[in-house]
Amino acid sequence: MTEQAYNFAYLDEQTKTMIRRAILKGVAIPGYQVPFASREMPMPYGWGTGGVQVTAACLVPEDTLKVIDQGADDTTNAVSIRRFFQRTAGVAVTEATTEATVIQTRHRIPETALAEGQILVYQVPIPEPLRFLEPRETETRKMHELEDYGLMHVKLYEDIARHGQIATSYDYPVKVEGRYVMDPSPIPKFDNPKLAGNAAIQLFGAGREQRIYALPPYTEAISLDFDDYPFVASKADHACDLCGAAASYLDEVITDDQGSRMFVCSDTDFCGSRRAAGHVGRLGTPLAGGK
Amino acid sequence: MDTNAFTTVTTADPLMSVRGLSKFYGTRIGCDAVSFDLFPGEVLGIVGESGSGKSTLLSCLAGHLAPDTGEVIFATAAGPRDTVKMAEAERRRLARTDWAFVHQNPRDGLRMGISAGGNVGERLMAVGARHYGDIRAQAIDWLGRVEISADRIDDRPSGFSGGMQQRLQIARNLVTGPRLVFMDEPTGGLDVSVQARLLDLLRGLVREMGLSAIIVTHDLAVVRLLADRLMVMKGGYVVEHGLTDQVLDDPQHAYTQLLVSSVLQV
Repeated sequence: MTEQAYNFAYLDEQTKTMIRRAILKGVAIPGYQVPFASREMPMPYGWGTGGVQVTAACLVPEDTLKVIDQGADDTTNAVSIRRFFQRTAGVAVTEATTEATVIQTRHRIPETALAEGQILVYQVPIPEPLRFLEPRETETRKMHELEDYGLMHVKLYEDIARHGQIATSYDYPVKVEGRYVMDPSPIPKFDNPKLAGNAAIQLFGAGREQRIYALPPYTEAISLDFDDYPFVASKADHACDLCGAAASYLDEVITDDQGSRMFVCSDTDFCGSRRAAGHVGRLGTPLAGGK
Repeated sequence: MDTNAFTTVTTADPLMSVRGLSKFYGTRIGCDAVSFDLFPGEVLGIVGESGSGKSTLLSCLAGHLAPDTGEVIFATAAGPRDTVKMAEAERRRLARTDWAFVHQNPRDGLRMGISAGGNVGERLMAVGARHYGDIRAQAIDWLGRVEISADRIDDRPSGFSGGMQQRLQIARNLVTGPRLVFMDEPTGGLDVSVQARLLDLLRGLVREMGLSAIIVTHDLAVVRLLADRLMVMKGGYVVEHGLTDQVLDDPQHAYTQLLVSSVLQV
């Protein structure tokens, strides 16, 4: 089959209409999980089928797309999804957060603050924050309906009882606009504060679970906690070894068999642009003449 | 004891009054035309053989089943309300504040995957407790009151014995200070010495907290010990109703006579 045989952005227009309708409903009711008829995509579940469908429904030919996987633009998942849309939609792609109009992400929010007009699409494996506490879907829906969220704190209680602190470090539940408890997808809890009051539209797509939900711009999203164990947006206690950034989320990289390690920004675009601007970390070398 | 309790409590307004409650499963009768009043501080026993409709009745009272006809008026903080016509959200709020439900099988009433402390704290957190230290202190206090040592607080109930699980379930239910406790065969499946301890504990808690309770059981010894009044059910109908000692010592209905005489005298 030739590439021209695909509709723009792979999905047929009726499917996109259906997904857009779900997105609009999600934006209208922040944090509420809207069911949608998820399609088979040419990639396995768990690789971002939900995010890809949401992105496909949002894209227009003038868009510039950025795809990140754990903050990086150059990992398998990011590269293949970016290439997928290059081929099926022919849109411009970029690695620069500020230049993108649509950003599909897996498990990170870019370090650079997003602006109005940008759309951030999350890939969500399990949209139901109560799933591992209450296995019955009928019951979890009822709990959302009745705002019966005591169980969510039981999970945090268990964390403290077992580990002495809230050990949940990613997938950290938030309460949206004082109503729905929402699973922010497995972003590190370091990113949770960026969910709230963000200028961009944040859309969440779960393909296998067939749910879409959303945070419109400037929405309140409060991370759940206890009065005496408040929420802490934690990160590795280091500065980036390449660009020296002290306040960005870091990956730990083992560099040899003797256990040497370095910490680098997980957001590759953020790190790269800092290095291009002349910042140098502990193990970094200045880039020759900028990039 | 029972006579005194009865005469003093009848002066108050009923905590729960049930009128013409019926539940049918198709053409079969679950329970039919049940009416009674339950007064504050009173323990009502419901006895009867398997299939007599006592569990159906209890489920209807506790809002787990929707009855076909009848009303269940509960004296809420804001005045008497028919819980059958209440919105689900409101009924659930009642269920985690004013009511408690002790299941026969502790596995139905406990969360087996989370620690004993988490189990006790769940109701507190459901009604808005957000201070970990306070929740834990209350959990420890309640574990003590049901005779579970404080060092088991972080253990999961799956590692507890049957009797401990049942006591944990009771602690978990009573921690928010409910006014009415529904119990479905609370001593079922426990051996006799453990049963005796549990009954002793329940009796103490009921008296101490001034709880009202509705206890469904087929064990006459349980109601003899705990209940002020007794309802005997057969085939979905209440066949006899009166003070516990009166019903057990001087049964009027043929079925009650059969029931009382079936108990083995050791």
